[in-house]
Amino acid sequence: MALVIAGVLVVASVVGLPPYPLHIMIVILFWAFTYTGWSLMGRFGLVSLGHGAFMGIGAYVTALLWNYAGMTPWLGIPIALACAMLLAVVVGYPCFRFRITGHYFALVTLALSEVVRQTIIATRDHTGGSLGFTPTPKGNDGTPSIIALQFDEKETWFVIAVVVWLVGLAIWRLVDRSMIRYALDAISEDEDSAAAAGINVTREKLKITMISAVMTALGGALYMQYQLFISPDTVSGIAISLQIVFAVVTGGIFVQLGPTFGAVITLLLAEILRVQIGTDAVGLDNAIYGIALVLFIIFLPKGILGSLIGRFAARRS
Amino acid sequence: MGRLDTGRILVTLAVIMFACLAYVPTILREGDIVFALTDVYLYETMINGLLLGGVLALLSLGLNLIFGVIDVVWICYAEVVMLGMYAIFYCHTVFGLPLIPSMMIGIALTAVLGYAIHYLVIRHLVNAQPINQLLATGGLLFFFQSAATLAFGIEFRNLGVSLGSFALIQDIYVSWARLAAFATAAVCVFALYLFLTRSYMGTAIRAISQDREIMTLMGVQQGRMYLMTSAIGGGLAGLAACLLVLQYDVHPFVGLSFGPIAFMICVLGGLGNMVGGFIAAFIFSELIALGGYHFDIEWGYVFAFVFFIVMMFVRPEGLLGKRS
Repeated sequence: MALVIAGVLVVASVVGLPPYPLHIMIVILFWAFTYTGWSLMGRFGLVSLGHGAFMGIGAYVTALLWNYAGMTPWLGIPIALACAMLLAVVVGYPCFRFRITGHYFALVTLALSEVVRQTIIATRDHTGGSLGFTPTPKGNDGTPSIIALQFDEKETWFVIAVVVWLVGLAIWRLVDRSMIRYALDAISEDEDSAAAAGINVTREKLKITMISAVMTALGGALYMQYQLFISPDTVSGIAISLQIVFAVVTGGIFVQLGPTFGAVITLLLAEILRVQIGTDAVGLDNAIYGIALVLFIIFLPKGILGSLIGRFAARRS
Repeated sequence: MGRLDTGRILVTLAVIMFACLAYVPTILREGDIVFALTDVYLYETMINGLLLGGVLALLSLGLNLIFGVIDVVWICYAEVVMLGMYAIFYCHTVFGLPLIPSMMIGIALTAVLGYAIHYLVIRHLVNAQPINQLLATGGLLFFFQSAATLAFGIEFRNLGVSLGSFALIQDIYVSWARLAAFATAAVCVFALYLFLTRSYMGTAIRAISQDREIMTLMGVQQGRMYLMTSAIGGGLAGLAACLLVLQYDVHPFVGLSFGPIAFMICVLGGLGNMVGGFIAAFIFSELIALGGYHFDIEWGYVFAFVFFIVMMFVRPEGLLGKRS
């Protein structure tokens, strides 16, 4: 199923769409990957509002290494991912060890995403602070684009985005079919019983958190490489954390394509309203989005795609 | 006994940490202990931090009430404050009402808004998963922010009323607005405490926060109590708006700058524990003020948030909370 969709998408790129729709699709795919990364944790009741932190680290560490140390993103991205993973362990381990769950987990991770955002702003001498940060263009010293991981053609980016997105879906599927999924399902139902049944609660939670953090950081790094501009507000902080959570909830948190669906709906809604109404109605998209979200949570807690699939399955049986 | 001891150790540690944060950077920079101890601007910063604590305490008061009684996190609480600030701004500068009636209108509007939020949204989610409640109010956050952007634009608006400041001692200036916020916060904590412990309604609210099912059987109307609590919480948001609007510019995203701190104060203080919240507010404000004085204001926030995260590991039940 996923392969068919991927095939169609790749063909579409070869045919040569105009740059604008291509751009929208690339952005959607990158975000879909990040959202999928978040949903790996979110579906087990580990609602993190700290993924803005991981995304910010992925983007900024890669960009800073490139600008100041001249390190190619091929090395910079793995280092950034390692940093994000380390942060996930440093914050995640005590959280899980001391049984911080529910509201409290959400608020601790919320604090984490603000720590990263404020740190980026505070170190403005190097990161540019709120004004944002631009990685050095490859053309300046004639570095080949493959080393700088900067490509002029949108088609190249599209292929990268599709591949990364498919990898994200594959990871989702691997987790879905693994023992860790059963362990985490049990934990999300009842931690004490799960522990009594011999599940190492802390370790299982930590594993999924690390995977999720690394995926989010990769999403941030690639988004930075594509946009070639980042600011604390576009890749870190509470606003981004909430954006991630809400898009996933809108799409459907428990199904494989739910996060992707969420990315398509939310980003298209924003884009269509922006194009149709223009800058007179800045914020209209978020106003509609906010109300839709409240309605979804009250009436469709499984998300759009989750509910559609649920209804379809019920009709078939 | 064991808990008391850890409590003492924590207090001692906190005092030492505070002294370190206050004096060590200056000592390291100037190499002069006497200078560091007599630095006038440092003391001014501390006093202003204390007064900022009053603002933060007031800000988290309503949230704390709702959090403690209904057990719902209003992620959009700071946005209610923001709308209150706009209401006061419009009443005063656009419709030309005097300041005090404008503020009363602001408080009334936010109280109605609090009532509406509970009636329209939270009521349907009282028994839902905590995380769904959190996300629903998060949806409201987006809505309020964007609605404010649509209605009022993204410009920074200033009420244009300044209460000025006065010299406490030579070279130490204190702003009246902050002092007013501090005093209001202290009075409100006390009044809320009296309301919750001495009045019939307050007792019913506390009872229902302890056991939803049993109190319903005892004849307390859960829904009505929750609506009342939400309205009071909204009104307190309006009160915070009154004092914030005197000190800060209003813009649609102003909520994001102090919302997270308000939640953390509630949690750090111990859920629904007003006194704990009050203390937590001052800890946060001093961290922010001193961090801002020695380094950058952003580092102040970083210290405060890191402190919060560490405290959650050490005392997840909050400073004065009871372990459940």
